[in-house]
Amino acid sequence: MILEIKGVTKKFGGVTAINDTNFTVNSKEIYGLIGPNGAGKTTMFNIITGNYDATKGEVIFREEVLNGLKPHEIVRKGVARTFQNIRLFKSMSVLENVLIGFDFQAKYTYMESILRFPRFFGEEKRIKKRAIEILEYFGIAEFADEKATDLSYGQQRKVEIARALATNPKILLLDEPAAGMNPAETKELAHLIKSAREDFDLTVLLIEHDMQFVNQLCDKVLVLDYGKTIFEGKPADAIKDEEVVAAYLGDFAHD
Amino acid sequence: MGIVIKKDQWINLAIIASTLWFIWFASSHFDEYTVRILNNIAIFTILAVSYNLINGVTGQFSLEPNGFVAIGAYVTALLLLDGDAKSYQFDIADPYPWVLALHANFIWALFFAGLFSALLALTLSFPVFRVRGDYLAIVTLGFGFIIRILAINNPEITNGSLGLNDIPEFSNLYWTGGIAILAVMGILNIVNSKFGRAMKAVRDDEDAAIAMGVNTFKIKTFAFCTSAFLEGVGGGLLAALLTSISPDLFTFFFTFQLLIIIVLGGLGSTTGAIIGTVLVIGGAEWMRFLDEPMNLGFIETPALPGMRMVVFSLILIFVMLFAREGIMGKGELKDLFKRKGKK
Repeated sequence: MILEIKGVTKKFGGVTAINDTNFTVNSKEIYGLIGPNGAGKTTMFNIITGNYDATKGEVIFREEVLNGLKPHEIVRKGVARTFQNIRLFKSMSVLENVLIGFDFQAKYTYMESILRFPRFFGEEKRIKKRAIEILEYFGIAEFADEKATDLSYGQQRKVEIARALATNPKILLLDEPAAGMNPAETKELAHLIKSAREDFDLTVLLIEHDMQFVNQLCDKVLVLDYGKTIFEGKPADAIKDEEVVAAYLGDFAHD
Repeated sequence: MGIVIKKDQWINLAIIASTLWFIWFASSHFDEYTVRILNNIAIFTILAVSYNLINGVTGQFSLEPNGFVAIGAYVTALLLLDGDAKSYQFDIADPYPWVLALHANFIWALFFAGLFSALLALTLSFPVFRVRGDYLAIVTLGFGFIIRILAINNPEITNGSLGLNDIPEFSNLYWTGGIAILAVMGILNIVNSKFGRAMKAVRDDEDAAIAMGVNTFKIKTFAFCTSAFLEGVGGGLLAALLTSISPDLFTFFFTFQLLIIIVLGGLGSTTGAIIGTVLVIGGAEWMRFLDEPMNLGFIETPALPGMRMVVFSLILIFVMLFAREGIMGKGELKDLFKRKGKK
């Protein structure tokens, strides 16, 4: 077990976005978080990454409580994320975007960069080499010097995942990675996530609406509906579950 | 790849060498008036590139220069004037004994000017950068006013509104130009490091920067304190150039002028900040002829004081109309070479 969500509740004023949710993600698992719009999936991501404080409950990552840590500290512990709407640094090249992921891994000080100490050159060379390696893995190394936002949508998605992997995570949180992609791109992405799990020794937690994508990819899914957990188990079983169908399509089955 | 870096280094060396040669040539061949303008350009280059670091590169809208320049100028002036010179000119109130005791040579005076500014910036960072939004602009605007009012109301230290006079004129083109070169090199070294990348990341998308593990509070504080340090040093050079300073020198207009410079040059571009300085400081001098009476052949206009500011404003409006992002945008000198090389 790498990530454990223990009785997490999040209230915004009077609205309960997440209500007493429990789940555990095992090491090297691909775990899907699904549910209709407003179910609290992205809120759950924001609690894990420290952007929101949970009203109640604990987030335990590798036997360590994450509650109360600052978002950038949580990233440094090995939790990386992508965003629902791609958020690349628009003034920077693809390579620079990925280099930001190495920011806390490059070991030189402010003064060493101003005075251009040897350590600066050594470290910059090291992280550039690794950034190129990641870009090559994703097959986008040829665009290294292009402006990131000039790339196609599918490639921008890859840059965003590459950038997240640059932070050397143990778990990768993907917020609707297949959104806006055509079937061919979706298939490629699923393949890429699967192979990245092996090659980067990753655990993946993802939010997705595309059930085919989820079916292909996820070992386990959790279905949320208005903050409540209504199903946990294999994705194939989720589609058959009455309560899940009701949550997505409306409760006409019982009328 | 290795060859490209080497070529870059040669270009940098060539630029530094020709700037140094120009400094030597200008100080030995040009008349006093021209040298004076070049001194101004050098000092404003220091101020503009450092102001651009927080405002353009890090994208934190700030209005701080006049406050830190004032602090730098006063610290330097108090350190350069010896006890006798100080007790002679303090007319409003007797100076504190420790004020009289302050004394240092030029290098230390400039260093302390920068250090003092940077430390003040550090204390401002804690309340300001804990929250997001345009608080920095409001706080730094207020800070500038407070510094000016403190300077007026503490005549035991600053000689009040009479200001400090007879400051030894240490600044010359070697000092101002030399420090300007060092400042530009230092800023460029920061911009082209992980710190500069993180600053740009904060500007582009702060949430995404945090999601990459960037400590944005630290990065913003670094940028702000570095700006303040160089603005303090620039203020010190200015004091030792003008030989007399008073609170009225450091009004909001001072900041406004720098803001025009960096917006004109292109927010976020260090090269742009330098170009902006030359155009605004040099151009304002060059356009002085517009204020004088003119013979246009068919009509003789009377002297129109302020005419050059009208023309200057028009030029600014046109630049903003046709180059929304300023002359250089966010690009640097090397980007121009690259673009040309590709096509």
